[in-house]
Amino acid sequence: MVWSCDWEPAEHKQMHLPDGFLDAKTALLSSGVGVAGVGLALRQVGNSVQSRQMPMLGLGAAFVFAAQMLNFPIAGGTSGHLVGGVLAAILLGPSAAVLVMTCVLIVQCLMFADGGLTALGANVFNMAVVNVVGGYFVFKLLRSVIRMEQHRATVFAAAFAGWFGTVLGAVVCAGELAFSNTVPWSIAFPAMANVHMLVGIGEGLATGLIVLAVLRARPQLVPSGRDAGFTLRSGALGYGLLICLGLTLFVAPFACPWPDSLEAIGARLGLPSQTTAAPLAGYRFPLIGSATVATAVAGAVGTIIAFIAAYALARAVVPVFGAPKKDASTGT
Amino acid sequence: MHPLELESHGRAPLAGASSRLKLLAALGIITLTALLPRRPHILYLIPATTLLLLWPFCRMPLGYAVRRLLVAEMFILGIALLSLVRPAAAPIFFSSLIKSNLCVFSMLLLTWTTPFQDVLQELRRLRFPAVMLTTLALMYRYLPVLGEETRRMSRARASRTFARRRLGTWQSLALIIGQLFIRSADRAERIYLAMCARGWK
Repeated sequence: MVWSCDWEPAEHKQMHLPDGFLDAKTALLSSGVGVAGVGLALRQVGNSVQSRQMPMLGLGAAFVFAAQMLNFPIAGGTSGHLVGGVLAAILLGPSAAVLVMTCVLIVQCLMFADGGLTALGANVFNMAVVNVVGGYFVFKLLRSVIRMEQHRATVFAAAFAGWFGTVLGAVVCAGELAFSNTVPWSIAFPAMANVHMLVGIGEGLATGLIVLAVLRARPQLVPSGRDAGFTLRSGALGYGLLICLGLTLFVAPFACPWPDSLEAIGARLGLPSQTTAAPLAGYRFPLIGSATVATAVAGAVGTIIAFIAAYALARAVVPVFGAPKKDASTGT
Repeated sequence: MHPLELESHGRAPLAGASSRLKLLAALGIITLTALLPRRPHILYLIPATTLLLLWPFCRMPLGYAVRRLLVAEMFILGIALLSLVRPAAAPIFFSSLIKSNLCVFSMLLLTWTTPFQDVLQELRRLRFPAVMLTTLALMYRYLPVLGEETRRMSRARASRTFARRRLGTWQSLALIIGQLFIRSADRAERIYLAMCARGWK
């Protein structure tokens, strides 16, 4: 019992959906997009990864799992752990990271009963596709746009991407819960988004610091901006389409303030008209506008704060030598 | 003995059963419980009694089951409480709660009686993609190794350093994880050479 005492995934800071919260249509749809994402990653890895790097996938998965064991102290005795999706994407490349995170989720589900079996597809889509690739998109975009010293730019982009990926995955998770009519969107979206905007700060901070640690010790292990482009050839278009499809399926029906959008989409998809939901519609309408708009505003403010925080982190932890005029005060 | 093997015991009567049967049974029970529309609560007695009847054949200790269910409960309750905030929510709340707990329990029975190695064999027979199988097998093999390495590094760091500020603690944890990644990459390189030497690919 050494294993289960020491290794028990004790704290669920991740958005692992258990069984029983998704209905059949949501489970099937999310499994569909999840499998499509993994299939795309398999093709990309088959095309681009040399057999020399194949064992690194297995070791990378074990690495993510082991890194999740370490607890980062937060405040008042609570602690959280890394999820590591965006970190894996930065260190291993997006397609390899999708496979790595999928394997982590499969092991958590089949060896530790952590995360549901029918929700596995949804969990794969949220945490191994949307979180990983969404975060990596932002990472590449920021690093190519930002004019900073290279280490600094990487740490900044990694920290912000870690935050962004966490929030994006949580929003899709909220959409899935609302789509299966378990939790109303007006509750699920603010709860999941707000909680994960806070949780994401820790994830982003840890991601940035870990990337910096690897950069300092072994810079050749972090693919630099030029040789690891995320172009059409490496599946960016496919992943982008998949994430958009997921957002359209699970989030768009609710993000629209008009009350009839859900029913219109339901009718278009051939779902039975929602007689049971009808009494709720009148109740949901006034809430959806306010809560969704408030959360959207909070999201915008949160994004700006996370952006500034990531920038401050990068400036604080990466001293730039040889530029004393500008950065004399930032050395730590 | 491999620490991971301790999770699943070889002594239980069901541990000898075909793992395909066990996987299919778990999949069946979980799918029927989780995915069918919410029904009268009395009908959940059917999967519940099935699982209770199977329990003695799995020899899973009660304490273990309760502990793992409690761990899962934090998240289950978290989502279930969210579903309470709407009119006439009690049926959704209770059926989600019952569904989730039954499914977690059946997963616990499955993982208790089926070693991960057998699950991998079964996936191989189901023509799961080869890259994923290799990754899963390597991950399963090296989890205890990297776990031990992580523990060793954090012990060493705890005995040598301390940090006044919280950012300092985070930085030292990040250094451990970064070092862990570098060691994993080195190990992957060695594994690749060893696999080539044994005629892989």
